[in-house]
Amino acid sequence: MLTIENLHAVVDGKLILNGIDLDVKAGEIHAIMGPNGSGKSTLSSVIAGNKVYEMTKGNILLNGENINELDAETRAHKGIFISFQYPVEIPGVSVTNFIKTAINASRKAQGLEDMPASEMLKKIRQKAALLDIDTKFLSRSLNEGFSGGEKKRNEIFQMAMLEPKLSILDETDSGLDIDALKIVANGVNRLRNKNNAVILITHYQRLLNYIIPDFVHVINEGKIVKSGTKDLAKELEAKGYDWIKKELN
Amino acid sequence: MELKEKLLDSHLAFEEQSEVNETIQGFRTRALRVFEKKGFPTRKIEAWKYTSLASVVNKNYALFPRTDSGIELKHVKRYFLYDIDTYKIVFIDGIYSPFLSETTHDGLDVCLLSAALSKQKYKPIIDKYFNKAAVKDESLTALNTAFAKEGAYIYIPKNKVSENPIEIVHFSTGEQKALWLQPRNLIVVEENAQVQIIERHQSLSSHDVVTNTVTEIHAHKDSLLDYYKIQNDLDSASLIDNTYIVQEKNSHVSVHTFSFGGKLVRNNLNYFHKDQNIMSTLKGLTILKGKQHVDHNTLVNHSKPNCDSHQDYKGIYSEQSKGVFNGKIFVDKIAQKTNAFQQSNNILIDDKATINSKPQLEIFADDVKCSHGCTIGQLDEDTLFYLRSRGIPRKEAKALLTYAFANNILQSVQINVLKKRINGQIAEKLGVNLGFDL
Repeated sequence: MLTIENLHAVVDGKLILNGIDLDVKAGEIHAIMGPNGSGKSTLSSVIAGNKVYEMTKGNILLNGENINELDAETRAHKGIFISFQYPVEIPGVSVTNFIKTAINASRKAQGLEDMPASEMLKKIRQKAALLDIDTKFLSRSLNEGFSGGEKKRNEIFQMAMLEPKLSILDETDSGLDIDALKIVANGVNRLRNKNNAVILITHYQRLLNYIIPDFVHVINEGKIVKSGTKDLAKELEAKGYDWIKKELN
Repeated sequence: MELKEKLLDSHLAFEEQSEVNETIQGFRTRALRVFEKKGFPTRKIEAWKYTSLASVVNKNYALFPRTDSGIELKHVKRYFLYDIDTYKIVFIDGIYSPFLSETTHDGLDVCLLSAALSKQKYKPIIDKYFNKAAVKDESLTALNTAFAKEGAYIYIPKNKVSENPIEIVHFSTGEQKALWLQPRNLIVVEENAQVQIIERHQSLSSHDVVTNTVTEIHAHKDSLLDYYKIQNDLDSASLIDNTYIVQEKNSHVSVHTFSFGGKLVRNNLNYFHKDQNIMSTLKGLTILKGKQHVDHNTLVNHSKPNCDSHQDYKGIYSEQSKGVFNGKIFVDKIAQKTNAFQQSNNILIDDKATINSKPQLEIFADDVKCSHGCTIGQLDEDTLFYLRSRGIPRKEAKALLTYAFANNILQSVQINVLKKRINGQIAEKLGVNLGFDL
């Protein structure tokens, strides 16, 4: 589904990604772990099309199509979704109106009519229930005054509504208490199927107890330095990132 | 002849044809002297640094229009809140229109200032309130006082809650070439009374019209006044709005100013506190394009302890439009425990649009909470990226964010049909069709 080849990216003249190679197939869950500042979040931003980061080398292919030059909205229309580490607040636009606008924008790009209101409502109710979201929450302004947990749950709610092919969850576990973490993880597990894929970006192993990855990659100084199965995450948790750094030297 | 001389020369003829008592005549004469001495404000005066009246005062205006306009309700219906019951005081070229108005004396007075100024029945109220809140040495206010004759008179007696909002609407037809209008409104809200008022100035032709209006408001103990100014006029119309509000104990006066049009608009909004536990709310939303110019000049005079004021102004400026926000908060040395908040947030859509925002805090008490903030910017790229990552194209994302930014001011509008109407106007001004109401 997603193939990344020799990806290099800079921001403000500083090299952040230094040759990333990654291959994610449909139905798979990949976890990307690494110390602070290793380039994890940059990788998710670059895949989603944030032009603050300049791609200087390499290719990003989505189902064989090179998407290097596509803007963020077009990538979204093609099925890429990013759950933000710090979702922005938009006072004055409710969660419901925001998601309606987003869904209909994607439909428009695909030459479809707006989703009928009754169908939209049904889908909203169904996905809200999946994530244990109170419908009152949906009429609140997007992320305004939301707790850390509510913001993350709202991100996964949007993922559920948009039904992306590739979801990148950037530090979705940060700021979540254990109950919220279980709800979010349960939601993600129930949304996965053989046709979509998930990349989990995380600093800690904790989330991986609830969403079991097929592959774990360790990123350091803008490069994937080690790949393995879920056991690699446990080893990292026990030995710390210094272990990887020492091993590299 | 220059406009100033023309105004001065015409005063005698004006006095001869208006029947009022000596007190009122005295006010007018003294006010005329102030205007004669000071003239029109120029940019040399600090409070007028960013707004020049030069393009407004250089024309030959008809001062006392006599129109026999054939305006029918169907032509102007859209300027009223026609879907709910309201009291209406309507003027066409400064002259009362009984046909379009719906006045009342049933439990409250909604009528003409000219009637109140000349009838014995209203004398105690006029003596007590007329020309009391207005600042005497401000030249444009003095000019209005010198010619004060017609406008709205609203009196809400003790404990009365007006179920209907009151609409004050000034139409100008411009059948005479260019018009200079000077309406004068007097509003008294007695103890524990409540009322909602909507004021609108609307030009119906492309002839120049300048309105120099003064509104005096007295809000007594425990009263509640909600005032909405709708400024969505043609590019040939200019407005100088001078509003003076005197508040008594536990009263709450809220003024929302929606500035969506006009050639030049100047809002002088002044609050004076006479007792404790007062709440003053000032909210403004300005959406301009072309060469439109709007200047908000606010003053909250905290002269008593334990009072709150809350100012929240937002502006969206496109093309070559200009905005000014000059917010002055004065806190007297005895006004301890004052809580004064002021915020001015602005978005410049185009490179040639301008906003001059200036907070001016003069605080002489030591136990107060005063905060102010001002932002001027383009839309935040991180926020835009968030929307785009959800599939919302850049153009729509920008429109949605601008709309959300603006609509925030609507939250506190208490009249639902008005809120809906303004919501529609915002979407229209921003050229967005989002398919939902906020």
